[in-house]
Amino acid sequence: MAAELTTDSRRLALLAGSIRKSVVRSLSEAGSGHLGGSMSSADILACLYFSILRHEPLDPAWPERDRFILSIGHIAPVLYATLAEAGYFGKEELLTLRRVGSRLQGHPGRDHHLPGLELSAGSLGQGLSVAAGMAIAAKMDHSGYRIYCLNGDGELQEGSIWEAAMAASGHCLDNLTVIIDRNGLQIDGPTEKVMALEPLKNKWEAFGWNAIECDGHDFNSLLNAFNQAGMTTGRPSVIIAKTIMGKGIPSIEGDYHWHGRAPDKQQADEFIKEIVSL
Amino acid sequence: MPVGFLNRGNKATKAGFGEGLLEAGRANEKVVALGADITASVGVDLFATAFPRRFISLGIAEQNCAGVAAGLALSGKIPVFTTYAVFSALRTTDQVRISVCYNNLHVIIGGAHAGVSVGPDGATHQALEDIAVMRVMPNMTVLSPCDASQTRLAVKAAIGKCNGPVYLRFGREAMPDFTTGETGFEIGKAQLLKQGSDLTVIATGHMVWEALLAAEELEKQGIHARVLNIHTIKPLDVEMVVLAAMETGALVTAEEHQVAGGLGSAVAEAAARHCPVPIEFVGMNDSFGESGKPWELMEKFGMTASHITESCRLVLGRKR
Repeated sequence: MAAELTTDSRRLALLAGSIRKSVVRSLSEAGSGHLGGSMSSADILACLYFSILRHEPLDPAWPERDRFILSIGHIAPVLYATLAEAGYFGKEELLTLRRVGSRLQGHPGRDHHLPGLELSAGSLGQGLSVAAGMAIAAKMDHSGYRIYCLNGDGELQEGSIWEAAMAASGHCLDNLTVIIDRNGLQIDGPTEKVMALEPLKNKWEAFGWNAIECDGHDFNSLLNAFNQAGMTTGRPSVIIAKTIMGKGIPSIEGDYHWHGRAPDKQQADEFIKEIVSL
Repeated sequence: MPVGFLNRGNKATKAGFGEGLLEAGRANEKVVALGADITASVGVDLFATAFPRRFISLGIAEQNCAGVAAGLALSGKIPVFTTYAVFSALRTTDQVRISVCYNNLHVIIGGAHAGVSVGPDGATHQALEDIAVMRVMPNMTVLSPCDASQTRLAVKAAIGKCNGPVYLRFGREAMPDFTTGETGFEIGKAQLLKQGSDLTVIATGHMVWEALLAAEELEKQGIHARVLNIHTIKPLDVEMVVLAAMETGALVTAEEHQVAGGLGSAVAEAAARHCPVPIEFVGMNDSFGESGKPWELMEKFGMTASHITESCRLVLGRKR
């Protein structure tokens, strides 16, 4: 039995807002964590879990479920907030983020048995290979489920990503869709200054992928991109979602210093006010 | 011929690996093999030919191979990823650590061309650090069978009996094939190949036959050496190692690997904790290998029966 999905962008916006607030609260309670990327990916996560993925919160191991791989492990807070919003576990548990013994590890850890986690991850550049392996298995078994993998743009500097990209198109994995949180920033500053990625769309196309650019904060644009990906046969698709680090909290939007910071209690209260007022 | 054992003829452990993988593949359709371009060289060709739809060619991209193996394991397959040990264990360390071991997945990593006996290819292809790196990974089982027959059993056990990650190292060169149906193979259990009371030689892989030869030589001099085959470096059979320390009072370890971090270190850790005795380590002494004929290199770098015998004499001199 699959979870109920929607294509209503107002509903999705409400869900994304709720997810953002949960992230802010859980990070401020934890005292550490990655706010910037969690915000830039929130709309993508809302779209995936409430519109795209065939999944069942009450049966996380449902064999026919679509798989979602969070390759950028450090934005675990937004994945946790989304899973809680979808009903995999109670929202109050979000306040245990990063505490010793918690199911909500700083980077996803399946060894703590949080329902809904497909992969323990945290070292950038690995998730795409795992997603490709899952897609190969699904093809071998003639299974209909799809595999989605969220990568950061800085993460694309890792060479292992391109090994996986080559393999995915080499093996015609059209059941695999990659989404890139293209917020243009990383720890040392703008990606184009640290280690330039452009022309990014061309790179993926050169590797044999169907590359789709979209607005990562416009649900219609995202849904359209997922639709295109879903209809593509013979090769995998990558959705390059243009996003803004810190999106949803206007006072920190575009500020790369918030990549790996968590708000203190006072900042958290202010940020929540900003999210609510949107 | 060493007491109780007969060399049935030289056979490469990689041949045993290939046969065992094929048998495991016949027994279980979930078994899949990953190819990193050197399929025949590492013994996977038998499987690839028999089960072309279960053989996944990924090219010279070992980090991706390790990650793909993790994805396959998460999807109900039993993936066997094999390439030269220098690549499958060392190039992939981060992926093995996190995607495989931290996720505790049933992935079998074959480390081919282990040791200096790889020969003419030289240092870059001679894996001498793989046991050290693999055994320190949590959740990992590390296997190092002593001959082709045992390697065949080892890969089948790794696939059929283990639940989590397994690293299995084997060699390139044809070496004595001597274990029998009676020798058997049980993961985690050291094998007492020769009883003795004066000292114990604890060996793994190609060095086990050398240990038996050394023990035979020592018998002629009235020295009774016990010989243990440690085919499972992790989890180590601490009980047998400690028993050997208690009952014989001196140990010599022997491996085709750096003396730091491999079998010798694992044995020393157990002995130091439970029954400290003098230990001598036979293996690579903190150096890279080089090109040469396999036997020339074993001789040059100190990994033969005579080096074991010499170490036995040394350790007896240190015995209190």
